[in-house]
Amino acid sequence: MSYILKGETGDWEVVIGLEVHAQVISKAKLFSGASADFGAGPNEHVSFIDAGMPGMLPVINERCVEQAVRTGLGLKAQINKRSVFARKNYFYADLPQGYQISQYDQPIVGEGTLVLDLADGSTRAIGIERLHLEQDAGKSIHDMHGTKSFIDLNRAGVALMEIVSKPDLRSPEEVGAYLKKMRSILRYLGTCDGNMEEGSMRCDANVSVRPVGATELRTRCEIKNVNSVRFVMQAVEYEARRHVDVYESGGKIDQETRLYDSNKGETRTMRSKEMAHDYRYFPDPDLQPLEFDDAFVESIRKTLPELPDDKKARFISAYGLSAYDADVLVSERENGEFFEVVAKGRDAKQAANWVNTNLFAVLNKKGLSIAESPVSAANLGRLLDLIADNTISGRQAKELFEAMVETGKDADVLVSELGLKQMTDTSAIEAAVDQVLAANTEKVEQFRAGKEQVLGWFVGQVMKATQGKANPATCSDLLRKKLAS
Amino acid sequence: MSLDKATVRRIATLARIEVPDADLGTVAEQLSGIMGWIEQLKEVNTDNVAPMSGGTDLKLPWRKDEVTDGDKVDQVLANAPDGHDGFFTVPKVVE
Amino acid sequence: MTELTSFTIAQARDRLLRKEFSALELTEAHLASMERNKDFNAFITTTPELARERAKASDERIAAGKAGALEGIPLGIKDLFCTEGVMTTAASHILDAFTPRYESTVSQKLRDAGSVMLGKMNLDEFAMGSSNITSYYGPVKNPWKAKGGSNADLVPGGSSGGSSAAVSGHLVMGATGTDTGGSIRQPAAFTGIVGVKPTYGRCSRWGVVAFASSLDQAGPMTRTVRDAAIMLKVMCGHDAKDSTSSQMAVPDFEAVLGQGVKGLRIGIPKEYRPDGLNAEVDALWNKGIGWLQDAGATIVDISLPHTKYALPTYYIVAPAEASSNLARYDGVRFGLRQDGKSLDDMYAKTRAAGFGAEVKRRILIGTYVLSAGYYDAYYLKAQKVRALIAKDFTDAFKKCDAILTPTAPTAAFAIGEKMDDPVAMYLNDVFTVPASLAGIPGASVPAGLTAEGLPLGLQVLTKSWDEETMFRVCQTLEESAQFPTLGAL
Ligand SMILES: [Mg+2]
Ligand SMILES: [Zn+2]
Repeated sequence: MSYILKGETGDWEVVIGLEVHAQVISKAKLFSGASADFGAGPNEHVSFIDAGMPGMLPVINERCVEQAVRTGLGLKAQINKRSVFARKNYFYADLPQGYQISQYDQPIVGEGTLVLDLADGSTRAIGIERLHLEQDAGKSIHDMHGTKSFIDLNRAGVALMEIVSKPDLRSPEEVGAYLKKMRSILRYLGTCDGNMEEGSMRCDANVSVRPVGATELRTRCEIKNVNSVRFVMQAVEYEARRHVDVYESGGKIDQETRLYDSNKGETRTMRSKEMAHDYRYFPDPDLQPLEFDDAFVESIRKTLPELPDDKKARFISAYGLSAYDADVLVSERENGEFFEVVAKGRDAKQAANWVNTNLFAVLNKKGLSIAESPVSAANLGRLLDLIADNTISGRQAKELFEAMVETGKDADVLVSELGLKQMTDTSAIEAAVDQVLAANTEKVEQFRAGKEQVLGWFVGQVMKATQGKANPATCSDLLRKKLAS
Repeated sequence: MSLDKATVRRIATLARIEVPDADLGTVAEQLSGIMGWIEQLKEVNTDNVAPMSGGTDLKLPWRKDEVTDGDKVDQVLANAPDGHDGFFTVPKVVE
Repeated sequence: MTELTSFTIAQARDRLLRKEFSALELTEAHLASMERNKDFNAFITTTPELARERAKASDERIAAGKAGALEGIPLGIKDLFCTEGVMTTAASHILDAFTPRYESTVSQKLRDAGSVMLGKMNLDEFAMGSSNITSYYGPVKNPWKAKGGSNADLVPGGSSGGSSAAVSGHLVMGATGTDTGGSIRQPAAFTGIVGVKPTYGRCSRWGVVAFASSLDQAGPMTRTVRDAAIMLKVMCGHDAKDSTSSQMAVPDFEAVLGQGVKGLRIGIPKEYRPDGLNAEVDALWNKGIGWLQDAGATIVDISLPHTKYALPTYYIVAPAEASSNLARYDGVRFGLRQDGKSLDDMYAKTRAAGFGAEVKRRILIGTYVLSAGYYDAYYLKAQKVRALIAKDFTDAFKKCDAILTPTAPTAAFAIGEKMDDPVAMYLNDVFTVPASLAGIPGASVPAGLTAEGLPLGLQVLTKSWDEETMFRVCQTLEESAQFPTLGAL
């Protein structure tokens, strides 16, 4: 299902590479002991190191190293046991040292892979070029004063993983799938919370186009800092179209950095067009190379959780789920865990159906995460048991589920409170059947004359007479028997 | 190795140091003198030599992930030439 | 009380403990000397009240039997060390009025040992210089004068020129210096005192304004070898806040004094005797060789083949690191700020006004050698030559235990000389820079006088972490030289 841009001169394809900046989950910053948490007052989470005070020196946070290695392993990537921190030199208001400590030609993680799960159920492997550790910058606030920008350094020095893909993506849809999958993997690993709106995961997209069949790469433009998956997809779509239009009208694309304006739905050149960057990278003389051994890597590998791809494969093979159901259930680690509690010892397809359809509908409506679900996995499982042993009917199950959502009470408690038990006493159902048949001789005649549909009407009447507590199958069986006699 | 005025202007801009046009020539001359003297390094055969990038070959120490610093806005801003309400300030940046 | 300023640290330490005089009296004597000798311009900031306060506290600790290793000893702190609540300038206009809210590890250790800071010593701006003429706060005068001839004021060497002048002139008993390419050893030689640059990683760099991170090392400047050993022991030690700080145990340097040099092999590098070496310097070097031989050492000829490339290598590596280290002086968080019509304009105006000519020159060179297209030809090349220079020393120390060389190619020169030729000025450090690049320890010991009566120093180098051997050789030289230290002024 390829994404083609139609032009007057022919068909074009889009080539996209993504750079994801993922904030590492850690208590303290990469090179200082100040807190990495969001939400403090201006400059509260700032040490003298983060403020670039004279004589201050960096010392690396071991947790950030572990998290980068863990992420590398999750991306099935090459782990480099020796990497080098370099200074990227440039002046900016929110960069207190005048350089960012980053990694340049020797990153901590090398090539890896990320598998896309596409809407049609197919998958595609996208290459990861590298992952490196670096410091975040601070924040400039431009709307607090007429002639000044205000600088808050709380983010300055927080650890980021910059994860760079190969230019393997070919459509906005793939871009969306890539970001969702990346977020899912990072969350499974517990290395980044993946929240794009809060900025803990940010994305730059490198976009170029070329005629279908061409193999060379054309000039790319970098779209910086787009803050939702949807906006990245829109920005890529807009940018690709822009390139095609420029080429087809005989123009040429300049390599540049662009911003996406989500209100207008278009990208534009960054207004403060800086002079050509020359970052003058060199190894940071304050930090020797970062080195660790195989044992360190293996100790992290041992603690890796089952990742989405493996979990999906297992859900399909062990539970017989469809690829679609499995995708939905593995997208978040907690979803899969919830499902497995519900499915344990039960009909797994029925369990998947209840979780994916009924439960997620409720959670979406209420804006709750699965961790906040008013119905616990154990309780949903109990509901399935009650269906399986004929205690409640399918219709009653829906009613029970709604009550569980509203009250948060246990399934069994609600069954008795609401009087939802199915009638198991056959004689009582038989009495009701007899009553209904006696009162409707005309319909009995119709049935006996061959009008089979009347049976359903009789079942309905019996259910009504028993306030819905009779098992419909039992009713139907009894009716057939009586009508035949 | 001689540096021309344009090169001096480029590196001065990169280094964010204002150099008046009238001084570019003198600075170019001085820097060319120094760079010319440095050229003698070209004589040294450095094939297969690994670069020495730091002052030490000690192992890089790691610290524990603990919050041990911060929460001292007053001290951090104590020397700011133009602090406002807990923020540093710069001339307004237009993006 | 003038004689109180004539004691060495070791002498004063013992007499304070015996309560022959108080720490406050010792401090007052030095404050008076500072007052008399103001025209040396050795201090950027003096802290007499703070000093009296700390001296009184020292007397209390002495009385309580809780004296530290440097209890009550008046010291000068180079104004490159950040000192809590005391203005720290790096002798630059750009750090205008900067008053840190933190104390450098080294100055903290000196405080914790009971020493009394008298003030912040003048230096070359950001430690970039060899004559202390680049200070925003004006040049420092060398307490020594040439005999006969002109009465010209001489430079005290640099960059630790305020420290060297104050120690030499008995304004303080000892001072901290920092050495990036010779900034402790060369001024020590110019003023007839002892200066020690320990192994890179011995002293924490935390809280010291950075010049070139892979080269900067703090060290003591004193009037005797023993005093340097006492002071260095306090200054060094592991610091978790500096990733390049060594965890190696700190030896008791004073304990090795008196062991002599018998059986040691002393290397004499032929490359340090270029054509045209100053005859007096050459002669003194030969004298030093003789002294060590007489004391039982074996002299071995060695070769350090890449010596001539050390200075050009240094003038790539140090400016490159400096161009990055000095990027933080941008008018936003501390120091000088000049208004500008945009952010970049503010940066450019602030940095143009705040940095002096030599600092600007080095920032521009550093920016150039790191810039796109030049990195490999200059910076990477320099790092490779640096590796060869370090290897020269490693090879040499297979044949010898210590190396003896002159410290500087000349004695102190007049303020104003060599001003307009940067390269001529850089040549002052020709003998000190190689050890800085290799990270090995080096010391300068005053060893003799020129015909004009100006001090000359000899330099002792050993392999990394072997300061003990260095101190043994230094002490033998000191005993043999019988150098005529300046009297209290
Ligand atoms: Mg990037
Ligand atoms: Zn980045």
